[in-house]
Amino acid sequence: MTVNINSAALAAGPAKAISISDVNLYYGALHVLKDINLEIRPGEFFAFLGPSGCGKTTLLRLIAGFNNARKGKVVIGGQDVLDMPPWKRDIGMVFQSYALWPHMTVAANVAFGLEERRLPRAEVDRRVQAALELVGLKHLADRRPSQLSGGQQQRVALARTIAIEPKVLLLDEPLSNLDAKMRVEVRRELRELQQRLQLTTIFVTHDQEEANTVCDRIAVFNEGSIQQVGTPMGLYEKPANLFVANFLGTANILDGKVAGSGAARSFEVVGGGSIPIPAGTDVPAGAKLVFRPQYATIGSLEPGAVALEGIIAHREFLGATVRYGVRIGAATVLIDAPFHSGDALLEPGAATTLGLKPSSAQWLAH
Amino acid sequence: MALVASVPIRPAAAKPGQILAVSVIALFLAIFLVIPAGTIIYTAFTEKGTGALTIVNFIDFFNTDLFRRSFFNSVYVSGMSVVWASAIALPLAVLTTRFDFRGSLVIQTLGFVPLIMPPFVGAVAMQLLFGRNGTVNLLLNDWFGIRIPFMEGLNGVIFVQSLHYFPFILINLSTSLRNIDRSMEEAAQNLGSSGFRLFRRIVFPLAMPGYLAGASLVFVKVFDDLATPLLLNVKDMLAPQAYLRVTSVGLTDPMGYVISVILIAVSIFAMWLSAVAMRGKDYSTVQRGGGGLSRRKLSRGESAIAYGVVALILLLVLSPHIGLLLLSFATVWSFSPLPDAYTVAHYGRVFGESSLYIKNTLIYASLAGLIDVVIGGAIAYLVLRTKVVGRRWLDWAATAALAIPGVVLGIGYLRTFYGITLPDGTPLATLWVMVVLALAIRRLPYALRACYAALQQVSESLEEAAENLGATKQRTIRRIVLPLMTGGLLAGFVTSFSTAAVELSATLMLIQSNSDAPIAYGLYVFMQSPAGRGPGAALGVIAVIMVALCTLLSHYVIERRQKALGTAK
Repeated sequence: MTVNINSAALAAGPAKAISISDVNLYYGALHVLKDINLEIRPGEFFAFLGPSGCGKTTLLRLIAGFNNARKGKVVIGGQDVLDMPPWKRDIGMVFQSYALWPHMTVAANVAFGLEERRLPRAEVDRRVQAALELVGLKHLADRRPSQLSGGQQQRVALARTIAIEPKVLLLDEPLSNLDAKMRVEVRRELRELQQRLQLTTIFVTHDQEEANTVCDRIAVFNEGSIQQVGTPMGLYEKPANLFVANFLGTANILDGKVAGSGAARSFEVVGGGSIPIPAGTDVPAGAKLVFRPQYATIGSLEPGAVALEGIIAHREFLGATVRYGVRIGAATVLIDAPFHSGDALLEPGAATTLGLKPSSAQWLAH
Repeated sequence: MALVASVPIRPAAAKPGQILAVSVIALFLAIFLVIPAGTIIYTAFTEKGTGALTIVNFIDFFNTDLFRRSFFNSVYVSGMSVVWASAIALPLAVLTTRFDFRGSLVIQTLGFVPLIMPPFVGAVAMQLLFGRNGTVNLLLNDWFGIRIPFMEGLNGVIFVQSLHYFPFILINLSTSLRNIDRSMEEAAQNLGSSGFRLFRRIVFPLAMPGYLAGASLVFVKVFDDLATPLLLNVKDMLAPQAYLRVTSVGLTDPMGYVISVILIAVSIFAMWLSAVAMRGKDYSTVQRGGGGLSRRKLSRGESAIAYGVVALILLLVLSPHIGLLLLSFATVWSFSPLPDAYTVAHYGRVFGESSLYIKNTLIYASLAGLIDVVIGGAIAYLVLRTKVVGRRWLDWAATAALAIPGVVLGIGYLRTFYGITLPDGTPLATLWVMVVLALAIRRLPYALRACYAALQQVSESLEEAAENLGATKQRTIRRIVLPLMTGGLLAGFVTSFSTAAVELSATLMLIQSNSDAPIAYGLYVFMQSPAGRGPGAALGVIAVIMVALCTLLSHYVIERRQKALGTAK
């Protein structure tokens, strides 16, 4: 599908900011959301990312009004919405299951919210047309949801939501019911549509790739609290803790101890090797050494790199790269080596030397 | 042998055992369902005497004032029963599924109580409670000087039937409501809908298929019911007319058959209508891990109103039972709100004289239940697990029994088997075995569904694992499939048993002597004379207790089994 350019037909007001402060939520004794504070800028495409059960969907449903916080504030466009029932909030939500009503046609589904707002018939029809045109499904207006493919159903759900010109748009794992190929296609469309409508959007996902590719900024959730907020690149490059480092991409983690002091500090890795700590680097007590698989070289040392001795434990040929598992003491780290035609691969059991630049390493305590 | 050995073995090819099973079941269904039903239809369309094919009988039927009136009365009573049953079931279903309501369990349990007693048993008690000179009207007359004609003529039938059959709507509607995913409702709220509007536009339409399924079932049941109108002395309805023609005019009178054909046609039509209405509307939308509709808490005032409504409805629903219980202990109960005095003499009399009824019932219902489970289980296995030719036909034929009312099956047996006699001259149709077979055929569709459900729960890979480890098909069935199906089969047996124990329509046609009669028949005989009411009521109470005990016992056994299987995992 190509997103129709004529989006002026659905013109919401200026984009709204979302400000969440001190939100806590309990299910009985279970503390599900812990001290959530978050500022989402107007027109931003924002992701809630985290493993299942981390509270991301709970917070989304709380913004939509389906969960109630005991305390805290959710301010949207300058208005505290926490005491409003869901049907008064004007917040568009696309459900993970799409929640299309099977007893209504596509057009009737899209018209529903407009009818509930008691808009004149002509206006309802105009907006239904505009919304369906926007998602490229005008020709399927008279079908039933059950006659549509997964991707089409998803677009109907989106059209139904944007037809009411919501203040903000909430997407609950919108891609999880699509196959891999559709997912890539639809996420690009979502991004395009969001840019065109300039609609503040929250996107809930457990897939870091989805969050990285479509979103401006990401909040990483774990066990009911926000671990870190940042741009995709910022989170990858400078994770705030081990959880974020592990959840976004692959991270190698090595135990060790800080030795020396002042400018001569170094990190003594358990199992052998010593990494000089660059001046000005903050190394908290009990910190571990963290680096990405592609930041270390194998077999050769670049200028400025330090050597770590290890033994090849296993090997996976991935095409563009070869991923080696290298045992250093009791730990095994993963190293991605670029593959060029004609390269000889290292065999498991062989002793090898890893090269790591201290500047591409990080020290994280938890 | 060499020839056989050279043919490659196709796994899908039917085994001799399967073909034998199909043949035996087909023969059984043909003799005891298809041929009797076919005979009735054939007779309805042939001219009396000459045997020529004709529709003159149907023209006669619609030209006769009594029959025309009976037809419209039957349609009217069935339709109104659906309306009243809906009025009772709708608030109960909504209250139990949409609100946090403490009374939900009570509703769910007590809501099913009517089904364990046939409607005609309660009819006499209802007469005493709600009739012209019944408790309620006597009190109303004393206090306000008015009487409400609850039980006058057709009203009485409608009243008794809707109180009896509303659970069908309640069960189906509640299931439908529970199968609606929460997101359906939340999406509507998100788009600005709430309250009654949300119920009208989203929730009820989604529950519509369940409602229609229940409503059509109620319509058919009421349309086919023979005993209730007979006991309330309403004769100008179709089922009673069929019975009266055959028993008073005789087996050769074509009108009984014409009415039978009309009963079958209306049954099929109602089922077809609900099937069409539901086509492509599998609205069951509950997602994996998702919950049903959210339940709202009732405020204090709402709660009080809800309890009031539920108490009133349940009082009404249980009134036949209460009336029956009072009647069974009453010495004289006439022209007074409550019986004059109480006695246990009726029970003494029933246990003394009528224990035969109880014994017969236990034998007939057990045998019928057993036949149903064996045949139902075999058909379920053949359909779900084999590719043998004709298995779909068996399923179709067994299910078709739904469309054959009890009266009609009874008439069919009389017509088909009366001419066939044993060596000593007794007609085959008068043997008590015929009652058992009729009951088994009537209950087979329900038992079959239970067997399907039971077998579907047994994963095919469990069987494949057994075969992989060297068990033959027969041994796999015996050692793996049957033990895992036991709960479901037992459920099927109990359903068949408990409904067969209180069924009257077919029995009324087939029982020739009192010594062969089951409880339902005895009840009917007792209830017809004022003097027999007391003992009749006592017998009714015993029947209700018997059925209730069996149902409870089976629940207990099934639950314990499931627990045992669960912990074994």
